[in-house]
Amino acid sequence: MGVDRREFLKIAGMAALFGLGGKAAVDIFAPGEVEASMEGIPLTQGTRWAMVIDIRKCLEKQAQEKDGCKACMDACHRVHNVPDWGNPKHAIKWIWQESFEHSFPNQPNPYITEGLKHQPVILLCNHCFNPPCVRVCPTKATFKREEDGIVCMDMHRCIGCRFCMAACPFGARSFNWGDPRKAPKELNPEFPTNRDYPERSMGVVEKCDFCVERIARGELPACVEACDKIKAHAMTFGDLADPESNVRKLLREHYTIRRKAELGTEPNIFYIV
Amino acid sequence: MYDGGKIIVGLIIGLGLLLSPFFYNAGKAAKAPVPELTPKAKEAKACVAPVTYMRESHFTLLDEWRHTVVRDGERYYRSPDGKRYYKSLQTTCLECHSNYSKFCLQCHNYVDVDPYCWDCHIQPEEKK
Repeated sequence: MGVDRREFLKIAGMAALFGLGGKAAVDIFAPGEVEASMEGIPLTQGTRWAMVIDIRKCLEKQAQEKDGCKACMDACHRVHNVPDWGNPKHAIKWIWQESFEHSFPNQPNPYITEGLKHQPVILLCNHCFNPPCVRVCPTKATFKREEDGIVCMDMHRCIGCRFCMAACPFGARSFNWGDPRKAPKELNPEFPTNRDYPERSMGVVEKCDFCVERIARGELPACVEACDKIKAHAMTFGDLADPESNVRKLLREHYTIRRKAELGTEPNIFYIV
Repeated sequence: MYDGGKIIVGLIIGLGLLLSPFFYNAGKAAKAPVPELTPKAKEAKACVAPVTYMRESHFTLLDEWRHTVVRDGERYYRSPDGKRYYKSLQTTCLECHSNYSKFCLQCHNYVDVDPYCWDCHIQPEEKK
């Protein structure tokens, strides 16, 4: 026996490696300078982002405005190039309004205070601690960032199967039935308005991503910033993991509710009523 | 062989037709286009990586960027010369290379690749 099995595999392996391309093999043994320097610099780590929405302040502001206050929604849709098709069936929902009864169906109370009855509540993706959309996604296009709890969408990877839409109990995900770039011009004359944010192609699902691109730069989400700008201060964004954070302080001081908490998805959006 | 002559002549004509495009184009290789730099790119002198690497593997870099940005939340890139860049096709890359047709398109046409970046990302507007 000249060559035993182990020897043969070694030789075959090396031969295949060099046979595939000398450069590739060299790269494996001695990575070039360029590859070695490709380190990233993550800015958000060890946190759990959450939002507290004060419905009282929000409704107060809406009562002051003639057509109701839409500052947060406008800001979000402008920043993320969210198309408006004018057709509720094709609506792309990142942040939207729904009546109190529909937002919190698990709190049925026919004698609810007049201040809340039929009043619009601001809704967005709950960025659940235990997100069902992530569990069902076959391509892992939707995923939870372990470092800060944000439920993200990878639109490069989404195949548009819409399992996540079926799984999300909050209706926070929308499907692009048309090319977002071709959304009616008269509704958004300067579309696309924000060159910092790509649009999506037809046939992918999208949703609120808690403004990951803004958080990475150390800015607040667009809706929160817009709300603060008009001095309503109804939205507070912060770190739930830090006991001294602004959101934890609000949660300590006020009674809050969450949407469909009984489903066990652990939403990270809290409402002060 | 019945009709041997006819068959052989037919085969020769057939083969000639099959190879005619090769004879027609022989010696007329298309010239490789040279990407044109914008004044801004010339002024910057250095790209995010060495020019030879960018020429050969810009798609690898872009793919890595999109992956690390979207999946890992790493939005900054440190270049070999120690500079920090925001990983973004639309803002970082296209800020310098804003001449889409002379910088991207002519090469992509030459090597016949059709990247689908502009399905979602906003193609730079060129001033004529």
